[in-house]
Amino acid sequence: MKFLCVPCDDVMAFSERHLPGDGTMAAVFECPGCGREMALLTNPMETQFVSTMGVKVGGREVPLQPMETVRGALDEAREEVFVEPSGSQDPRPGAVVWTEAAVSRLQSVPSFVRGMVKRIYTDYAREHGISTISPEVMDRARTDLGLEGM
Amino acid sequence: MTRFRTYHEVEHDTGSQLLEQVLEQRVRMNDRLAKVRAVVAVASGKGGVGKSAVTANLAATLASRGYRVGVVDADLNGPSIARMLGASGSSLGDTPEGVAPAVGVEGIRVISMELLQEADDTPLRWREPSGHASIWQSSVEVSALREFLADVLWGELDFLLVDVPPGTDKITRLLELVPTLPGMLVVTTPGEGARTVVARSLRLVQDAGIPVIGLVANMAGYLCPDCGTRHELFPGDAPAELSRRFDVPIWAEIPFAPAVGQATERGRPWVLDAPGGEVTDAFDALATRLATQLFPEGEP
Repeated sequence: MKFLCVPCDDVMAFSERHLPGDGTMAAVFECPGCGREMALLTNPMETQFVSTMGVKVGGREVPLQPMETVRGALDEAREEVFVEPSGSQDPRPGAVVWTEAAVSRLQSVPSFVRGMVKRIYTDYAREHGISTISPEVMDRARTDLGLEGM
Repeated sequence: MTRFRTYHEVEHDTGSQLLEQVLEQRVRMNDRLAKVRAVVAVASGKGGVGKSAVTANLAATLASRGYRVGVVDADLNGPSIARMLGASGSSLGDTPEGVAPAVGVEGIRVISMELLQEADDTPLRWREPSGHASIWQSSVEVSALREFLADVLWGELDFLLVDVPPGTDKITRLLELVPTLPGMLVVTTPGEGARTVVARSLRLVQDAGIPVIGLVANMAGYLCPDCGTRHELFPGDAPAELSRRFDVPIWAEIPFAPAVGQATERGRPWVLDAPGGEVTDAFDALATRLATQLFPEGEP
């Protein structure tokens, strides 16, 4: 998929993606020649179609997660099927602490995706030099990363 | 009318990174499967020919010989492999590197939609934002199969068997994900109904250039549980006809015996507890043929 600015004969470059939270998506493209912007708007079905391919328009903010599509799309998933292996420790340096309120909020995430969501927030905190994850940090990460429903 | 460049005339990248992400998925798949000596599909095209029971008993036969075996249940809508290999209800390890598979009998590693669904009567349904599920359902199911292959911590395996559901389109779907599939077992029953459908599958896999193809004649007669005599079950000679027409060898003729199905349905493949006998011998022959063809250097 490419957008061509007809007057300039230039390919418009991806600029930003918006997920307003209603299942739709807006992807903004800009002409490098004249600076004109245009927005590609997708309805929920079209947004879902792109999502089911395991790709994100404009690239990923977070690394590809194991079984990301299945976890995100499967209805009536089995709770507690995914478990963190006992004794497993994140080997990377820079320990991140979760506040009680953040842990409580994480518990409200369905267990089917909880491990994946926890990793995304932990990576976000580590990359931003945040040592303690609070609900506020989770909110900020959600906005920054464009995570819907996490 | 304004003349402007078409898609292929425009070389400049838009920065949407869609192609890059698709390529990343392929790299991930290749990296994961690099530790698997042979991915082998068990397919038919036809439903009800016993592919899953063949897969489970073959996996058990290979594992009991010391091969490291994994099984992907590609039948997302009618999964049964986890149950047949005694792995129902297992948890899956969740790590940043991948999902640890369930472990069934003989240490066989298993992934199946059955393990991910709430109950054994839960139909496969995907969250749909606005209806029109039929439009993107195929796409999400391909992604699910890709994740089963690429996101599971298979580790080092000798065989990764893929139980392919009915429909030649499901074979095509697998071949798109694993175009260099080294081997495929095509399961048929003797009857005419199976012959015509399986012929389509054989043509498909031959056109795809899969190097090792073996025919499995399942339900090749009925073994009387009282006297052990073999009787005709499905009239017809589909395996021999298919073998001649496509020049594909028959690697095993497996008779139907009710006890085999019952044991396998209970999560204990028959071959593990019944040394000797026509069915176990047939699976032994099948395992030997498969291993010999794919690993001519010998046993593990």
